[in-house]
Amino acid sequence: MNRNIMRILARSGFSLLVVLILVFCLFPFYYAIITSFKSSSELFQASYWVNQLHFDNYQHILGQETFIHSLFNSVLVSTLVVGLSLLLGLTASYALGRFEFRGRSTVLMVILAVSMFPQVAVLSGLFEVIRMLGLYNNPFGLVISYMLFTLPFTVWILTTFMQQLPKELEEAAIVDGATPWMTLVRVMMPLLWPALVTTGMLAFIAAWNEFLFALTFTLTDDQRTVPVAIALISGASQYELPWGIIMAASVLVTLPLVIMVLFFQRRIVSGLTAGAVKG
Amino acid sequence: MASVTLKKINKHFGSAHILRNIDLDIEDGEFVVFVGPSGCGKSTLLRVIAGLEEVNNGDLLIGGQDVIDLAPKERGIGMVFQSYALYPHMTVRDNIAFGLQLSRESSQTIEERVASTARILQLEPLLERKPRELSGGQRQRVAMGRAIAREPRVMLFDEPLSNLDASLRVQMRMEIAKLHRRLKSTIIYVTHDQVEAMTLASKIVVLNAGRIEQVGTPYELYEHPATTFVAGFIGSPNMNLLSSSVDAVNGDLLSLALQSGTSIDISPVPVQGVIKGDSVTLGIRPEHMQLTTPAAGQIDGEIVNVEYLGNERFVYLMYHADAEPLVIRHSGQQLPMVGERAGVLFEADACHLFNQQGISYPRVLHDHPESALAESI
Ligand SMILES: Nc1ncnc2c1ncn2[C@@H]1O[C@H](COP(=O)(O)OP(=O)(O)OP(=O)(O)O)[C@@H](O)[C@H]1O
Ligand SMILES: [Mg+2]
Repeated sequence: MNRNIMRILARSGFSLLVVLILVFCLFPFYYAIITSFKSSSELFQASYWVNQLHFDNYQHILGQETFIHSLFNSVLVSTLVVGLSLLLGLTASYALGRFEFRGRSTVLMVILAVSMFPQVAVLSGLFEVIRMLGLYNNPFGLVISYMLFTLPFTVWILTTFMQQLPKELEEAAIVDGATPWMTLVRVMMPLLWPALVTTGMLAFIAAWNEFLFALTFTLTDDQRTVPVAIALISGASQYELPWGIIMAASVLVTLPLVIMVLFFQRRIVSGLTAGAVKG
Repeated sequence: MASVTLKKINKHFGSAHILRNIDLDIEDGEFVVFVGPSGCGKSTLLRVIAGLEEVNNGDLLIGGQDVIDLAPKERGIGMVFQSYALYPHMTVRDNIAFGLQLSRESSQTIEERVASTARILQLEPLLERKPRELSGGQRQRVAMGRAIAREPRVMLFDEPLSNLDASLRVQMRMEIAKLHRRLKSTIIYVTHDQVEAMTLASKIVVLNAGRIEQVGTPYELYEHPATTFVAGFIGSPNMNLLSSSVDAVNGDLLSLALQSGTSIDISPVPVQGVIKGDSVTLGIRPEHMQLTTPAAGQIDGEIVNVEYLGNERFVYLMYHADAEPLVIRHSGQQLPMVGERAGVLFEADACHLFNQQGISYPRVLHDHPESALAESI
């Protein structure tokens, strides 16, 4: 009897904890979403429920040409960052993960060290580099600067996965007459697919949400990416922040991420290497 | 189909000298098996032949052509790895076709080769499957298929059966033998398993610490081991090795003094060049001794263990406190019991004598029915 009660108490305590954590994590998102559906007059009543769906905010933001432009810039920049990071990460990790050479671990440590600097620390130096390359106020300047933080983790994660692939697989490819590039593309890459999808997604999210570099390295509205564009949305007057519109824009830019994650999650087939070796 | 010649191959890993002056001639169509204890360099030697490992010096010829500077692909070899190393994301068909695709064969040639390979190895119903959908034996066959599809001049196997269970191993062993008879290609095969070596090989190479101990047919290795190492390595259970010294030699008559002080007479002497006073090792296989009563035996001792295997028994006999027990294969009627005393009779003809360096004394050659048979074929 007593033990039953204890068990029920423990169970409900645990459930309560889960609910609390969920609320804590999800409430900001929930609030953003309902805010985006409120009319500007409703905004200042603190209600946690939408009584009526208003699409005014969405209409407004989608009607702005500069927002569409920055959405396009974001897609361009993020896609390029993912593509380049994966290409460079894959080739670098092939070298770092499969070959023994002097300075290998030093290189790995340096790559890791690069990602330890706070963004602000490299901001001014990077600004000079970008200006020198003539890429100021240009999405390609952002692509280069974002790879500063996407490449280290891409290389590290892929190197770790690369090292786990059996050596004999590579040797089988060599005996079959594959060049290193062929081995990488036709044998290694298909096996690293889950790792590629994961790192690619992380890189995409990082690039998509980046703010500081995007703010610093762009000048005009038509070159901006979404996070900056949202931050710079202003109201009719200096004293009014159009929260509804900001929230609608935020929801709009988060949506592709959510869809992307859901889509690729299905593709991450675990245990893809099963059957390569042993019985 | 090609011969393989190794000349003074040396290989170092850092400061470790792994292969020492390997000289070896392998003829076209031969089935050569490398055996030796773990770490003796079998895989390294195979990988040197494959071109996956560079040598420090030495020469390697395949089909008379110097290949030491060629890539694995250009050497015309096919290799079956211990872990099979199938491409897990490709179907059986693609696994077999991969090498052909890379060498830009026409799609018709590829089709034909895959089809004939699949027919030889009975892979036809499995062609569209992925490796993870195959059993161990089937994966093994795919690995062989991948190696033979490009019609290599030399096939290399590195312990291909060691991941399979015992009954499958026997079955695959026969398939490999069949494959060799059918393709008649030169095969170099590494194994730990003596039975595989004895049954498959036309020539066995015994390696020890990076050196070749002996090269010969299974028959030669079993009947005429050149060193105590080979004597102890080939045959199961191992040959008994008894240290002794020569008591007396007189023409055909030889008597040895064992560690225990007992003097035994093994006449007629099967070897030449033994001198009185020499320290020698007497080698005798378990099947060349007979159990008898303590009084009738050349030596006697206490039975310390009996292993029953159904068709035969291995009897362990302690003849001297400081020596390893003798192992005797016994299939007679009477049942030896642990704790009993028994005597042992040696077949003088089957005795081997090794000098202090462990090298066999030259044998007096008798006519062996089997070698005569081999010559007449
Ligand atoms: N890449 C390497 N670097 C350093 N030493 C190596 C390397 N590969 C092999 N060795 C050493 O070379 C020796 C021979 O190795 P090898 O793999 O040829 O042995 P093996 O006869 O095939 O043994 P096993 O029967 O256990 O497979 C071993 O002592 C091993 O430690
Ligand atoms: Mg080995």
